[in-house]
Amino acid sequence: MLVVSCGSSGTSDAPSADATVTVFAAASLTAAFTELGDAFTAENPGVGVTLNFAGSSDLVAQITEGAPVDVFASADLANMAELTDAGLDGDDPVLFATNLAEIIVEPGNPTGITGVADLADDDLVVVQCAPEVPCGSYAEQIFANAGVVVTPSSFEENVKAVVTKVLLGEADAGIVYRTDLIAAGADADGVTIGDDVNVVAEYPIVSIAGAPNPDGARTFIEFVLSPAGQEILASYGFGSP
Amino acid sequence: MPAPALVLAIVAVAFFALPLVGLIWRAPWSNAWTYLTADTALTALRLSMATSLCATALSIVFGVPLAWLLARVEFPGRGAVRALCLLSMVLPPVVGGVALFFALGRRGLVGQYLDQWFDITLPFTTAGVVVAQTFVAMPFLVITVEAALRQLDPRLEDASRTLGASRWYTYRRVTLPAIRPALTAGAVLAWARALGEFGATITFAGNFPGTTQTMPLAVYLSLETNPEEAIVLALLMIAISFTVLVGLRDRWFGAVGRPVQVAA
Repeated sequence: MLVVSCGSSGTSDAPSADATVTVFAAASLTAAFTELGDAFTAENPGVGVTLNFAGSSDLVAQITEGAPVDVFASADLANMAELTDAGLDGDDPVLFATNLAEIIVEPGNPTGITGVADLADDDLVVVQCAPEVPCGSYAEQIFANAGVVVTPSSFEENVKAVVTKVLLGEADAGIVYRTDLIAAGADADGVTIGDDVNVVAEYPIVSIAGAPNPDGARTFIEFVLSPAGQEILASYGFGSP
Repeated sequence: MPAPALVLAIVAVAFFALPLVGLIWRAPWSNAWTYLTADTALTALRLSMATSLCATALSIVFGVPLAWLLARVEFPGRGAVRALCLLSMVLPPVVGGVALFFALGRRGLVGQYLDQWFDITLPFTTAGVVVAQTFVAMPFLVITVEAALRQLDPRLEDASRTLGASRWYTYRRVTLPAIRPALTAGAVLAWARALGEFGATITFAGNFPGTTQTMPLAVYLSLETNPEEAIVLALLMIAISFTVLVGLRDRWFGAVGRPVQVAA
């Protein structure tokens, strides 16, 4: 174990040995960024990564209210725009990952769903995210693209709640991200949504203006965009931008 | 009142008042009326009122006998039963919602038979909202009424019985009037809790406008896209609860936990 001194010396230029990078990341990045943080520390000994996960809009609110943050990773462009509109971006945001929507069904797909069109069946209990959150607006775009009218039983507050409803058997199907299906493993099955109707969720990352550790922020973002970082993200189901 | 205690009390008041002042400070007063009369708000408000009153009624119907059982009947494991019935007060509401799934959901312990035999499914229905609200709200009524029953001088009921009144008559004419202040206070607390219920509702009943989207759910979701609307709706909820709680006069709360005075 390395014992780190608490003294502050203002003479460091490279990422200092006792530094911490504080990263606020969208909830859908929880597993991937936890591993990314560990890998980053392994590559940059002595630089710890403090992670805070929540819905992108909650994170923007926290940063706007003055939370001391170095890096913000958003699950959509709209919330990133909120942040840049407030002038809190230290650098230009860059896309670092993409995600695709998919239909989540119970293991073995007992209701035999083959695509978005099947979700219009009123006998099915379908849940989706509320239109107020990104996964809900994606779901609505997909239904519109496919020209189907789906009456969901519930507009869930986030994508994990959609997953939970299907895992518990209370809902027959829901619209989630590919990454959620990979996380659910054998507990759920996925039905692919055709490229012609699907939408691509884009994840931007940015350093924050006035970051306590601007060097650390830059190094962390470089790591996320590096082949090693992209490989970790891919293992959780994210695509490269 | 000693000065240090007074200072601490004032800090406590400020602690509760400041967040409210913050909301009022940020509220978009010029647009308030538009938000309040929007369809989403009115639908959610109507649903919240109906479901929270149903939950309060259920809490009274089942909660008063339960309080009676806990206060008056000696049986082994009474402490454990009390703890069990008050558990939902400390359980994170979202966990409560998931637990309700395991019990009453489509695949739940009891819920699967409700579904198979009676074609009743509670999740995603207004009845499900009432169940979730009752689950978290009833304990507030139970502890309040139980405390009053324990404080009630049993000799009053004994006197009634020795004078020839039946058990039921004594309950109606002696016990109930004596605990009425506590019952009112407990019912209002339960109602306020049901009105503000969020976690168990959104987990167990989901969120659909007009069916299961109560005010707290509408507030939470509008916070995502339209914080101004969320603040206005939250203030409306606060105004309603505040009016009711102010209406609960000191004497009602004062009666709880103290021997009840029965007028001659």
